[in-house]
Amino acid sequence: MTIAVSILPEQQLAGLNAAYRKAVARKRLRLLAGLVLFVAALIVSSIGAEVNLRTFFTYFGNFISYFDRILTLDSGQRVWTNVGEWFWGLHKWLKLLGETLLISYVGTLIGAVFAFALNFFAAENTSPAPWLRFTVRRLLEFARTVPGIVFALIFVIAFGLGPMAGVLAIAIHSTGALGKLFSEIVENADMKPVEGIRSTGASWLSCMRFAILPQVSAGYASYALLRFEINVREASVMGFVGAGGIGQELIVAIRKFYYSDVSAILVTIIVTVFLIDITTGWVRGRLFGKEART
Amino acid sequence: MNRKPDVNAAELRGRYPQVFDRPASSRMATPVVLAVALAIFVFGLVDLDFSPSRFISGLSQLGWISMMMIPPDPGSSLPIYLKALGETLSIALLGTTLAAVLALPVSLLAARNVVPSIILRFPVRRFLDSIRGVDTLIWALVWINVVGLGPFAGVLAIAVSDFGAFGKLFSEAIEGADQRQVEGIRASGGSALHEIRFGLMPQVLPVIAGQVLYFIESNTRSATIIGIVGAGGIGLQLAEQIRVLEWQKVSFLILMILVAVAGIDFISGKLRFAIIGRRAIA
Repeated sequence: MTIAVSILPEQQLAGLNAAYRKAVARKRLRLLAGLVLFVAALIVSSIGAEVNLRTFFTYFGNFISYFDRILTLDSGQRVWTNVGEWFWGLHKWLKLLGETLLISYVGTLIGAVFAFALNFFAAENTSPAPWLRFTVRRLLEFARTVPGIVFALIFVIAFGLGPMAGVLAIAIHSTGALGKLFSEIVENADMKPVEGIRSTGASWLSCMRFAILPQVSAGYASYALLRFEINVREASVMGFVGAGGIGQELIVAIRKFYYSDVSAILVTIIVTVFLIDITTGWVRGRLFGKEART
Repeated sequence: MNRKPDVNAAELRGRYPQVFDRPASSRMATPVVLAVALAIFVFGLVDLDFSPSRFISGLSQLGWISMMMIPPDPGSSLPIYLKALGETLSIALLGTTLAAVLALPVSLLAARNVVPSIILRFPVRRFLDSIRGVDTLIWALVWINVVGLGPFAGVLAIAVSDFGAFGKLFSEAIEGADQRQVEGIRASGGSALHEIRFGLMPQVLPVIAGQVLYFIESNTRSATIIGIVGAGGIGLQLAEQIRVLEWQKVSFLILMILVAVAGIDFISGKLRFAIIGRRAIA
């Protein structure tokens, strides 16, 4: 079998080769410069963050053995040999877990309602006035940049210890996050229905209700469900600062070295998060499926 | 000019039964879902001890606190706060980088087009899922037990929890890559490693770089809170000042965080555009 390969004349080939090498060299130089900058930033920050590799390697065994310890009962057996003993507080934990779920549900719902009320003012194409859009956008930005747990810390002082502070903290954070996402959906909506409704002499409110809302409601529900999923995780640590839920038990167990309790609570949290993820994923799939069909 | 359109309502009804005579099940679906949602909501409010009097007294407290926050004032601790902010940014950068470096090889194992065997892929995926199921704050507490209080525990906490997230995101990016380039490498006699290096990586790296930059941004936020449990950074100062009710310092710290996050947002937005934009042109 013979293959015909055309070979370019020598000097043409040399010219092309040189051009190729030059192009690659420039790209490599740029990459190298970026890499040097990046490594320099890493070194500066490892000094800033007090990175100590010796501590790390000395105590890394602790990290592994920590998991060994949390998987061992007080009696020295492995936890799974005596599940009843491992999950001795299951009843109490499930109750707290239920509280955690309620916190995230109520918080997400309040947040979604506020985000719903505000997002039409924040979207480029539906906002009635530029100054209003600017104000609402800054407000939402503030609500989502300040971490939920910082709000919780402040609310615990204002509203007292308990789940109420956690709910309000999650509600505010969700308002910020959902408000932004919702307004982005509205910005992607088709504006022709709005024109149609407006041409019949409808008010701004009717335009939103009959032209925008039918296009965006499935997207809203989907994002709200996703947020609920995230908030379940968030609510599981709200108890760290005294804002209700299972976090309270967990931090006590970690701080007081109740090793097997730590693993038991973590397992219940992880299983719950799994279940919530799967359920909301399924519901979201159905919602988007429905939207695609119509 | 009040002409009625001449349509026969009965005929329309007959022609579009799906609009006029929807079955009860589809008409009732939305109200039922809303009613159930509302019922759970009300149950939640009762169960979580919401009461109007508590709410109002809390709001007045909150109003008072907000009054006390103005004007924001760091007092004499500005240098400490700036150092703490630097620490926070360092934690975010180091933690994210470490996570990305560790997650890249693992994400290959979790991608369907690299590892076709589900027996190998499934445990890797569940492993990543369980890491993601545990919040960063919990990881911070665990690492504090291991390497002691301080920012280093924060770096490791962010690294571990992002490792889970990156593993999933990267493997999705790899699965979305165009398979033809890989086939081209294979056709020219490349080994499996060559396929990954020259077929997959050039497609995937810009996507990954974008995601890493986005995470550095969002980790600046996470890094501010892990200080609350003692893992260094500005969160430590913030939690302390909230506990001793120094509201002016609290508002100053919150402002610092907002400015820092906005700054990182801006920089990483530019970088992301540079990386992805160049990719789009080439």
